[in-house]
Amino acid sequence: MNTNIENSIHPIASKQEERRDFRSYVWGFCLALLLTMVPFALVYWLAIPRFPLLILIGVFALAQILVHFRFFLHIGFKQKREDLLLILFSALLLTIMVAGTIWIMASLAMRMPLPM
Amino acid sequence: MNSPLVKHPGLNLGPSHGKDDEAAETVMFGFWLFLMSDAILFGMVFATYVISLNATVGGPGPHDVYDIKSIFIETLLLLISSFTFGMASLALKYRHSTTRLLGWLGVTLLLGLGFLALELHDILGMFAKGGVPNRSGFLSAFFDLVPLHGLHVSAGCLWLVCLVGQIARFGIDREVKLGIMRLALFWHFLDIVWIAIFSVVYLAGLT
Repeated sequence: MNTNIENSIHPIASKQEERRDFRSYVWGFCLALLLTMVPFALVYWLAIPRFPLLILIGVFALAQILVHFRFFLHIGFKQKREDLLLILFSALLLTIMVAGTIWIMASLAMRMPLPM
Repeated sequence: MNSPLVKHPGLNLGPSHGKDDEAAETVMFGFWLFLMSDAILFGMVFATYVISLNATVGGPGPHDVYDIKSIFIETLLLLISSFTFGMASLALKYRHSTTRLLGWLGVTLLLGLGFLALELHDILGMFAKGGVPNRSGFLSAFFDLVPLHGLHVSAGCLWLVCLVGQIARFGIDREVKLGIMRLALFWHFLDIVWIAIFSVVYLAGLT
């Protein structure tokens, strides 16, 4: 009941907001598609040596993750502080744990090679 | 979006949904806590995969068992399904007809099932080439990571079917709205995990 009244007061604002939300998904989809196609094309046609290719794949993946966060999950800097803190702190934990594990295990493998 | 309107991360129902929008705040925050702990779980399985990369003990390696074309199609299916779920979220937020909402949810479900079918086909293809989980540490780690994502997508599909059942039985009430919004976050989150999988596992594996 209440909602119908509010809708009838701001019908134009609501339409504008809808168009903006729709555009967010379309932009997200197009950018994500581009950021997917390029690394696949690079790997498929093998244009560059291995190490720079790995860096490029990483950069494209990171960019696409940010695009998904921005356009599909609608994360911006206007979140409430605790919501943004939750996401940033999780990202920090993830980085420390994943990078730390890989670092330690790679170092271990180098110092103590397994018999193959 | 104006800052007072953003109650939680993700698409907000907005003030026109009244009490449903207010109820979303705590529920969605709780679901974000789950998503972030799930991200940590995936992160550790990724770390396990990366440190097992060389542990092939003479068995098949990435070049022998991965098929880039099929992975590309899977990636597109999942990306399109993320977009169609976004359309379903908009149909919910802006009160389009229930048929339209169900239509977008149905398309999303089909894309999800298509992804799962292709992934199963890939895994069976790997088995045929001798890439079974107990062959080497590398393959064990692979079958820990990729099917874990597939299991999440299956759970998402099951959840989607349950929500459609709830819509049929109860209509679009508060529980259904909050359910769709949480599943939307879950679905977009799984697509983000897939970006990491196709980059780290498949593309980096095939360089």
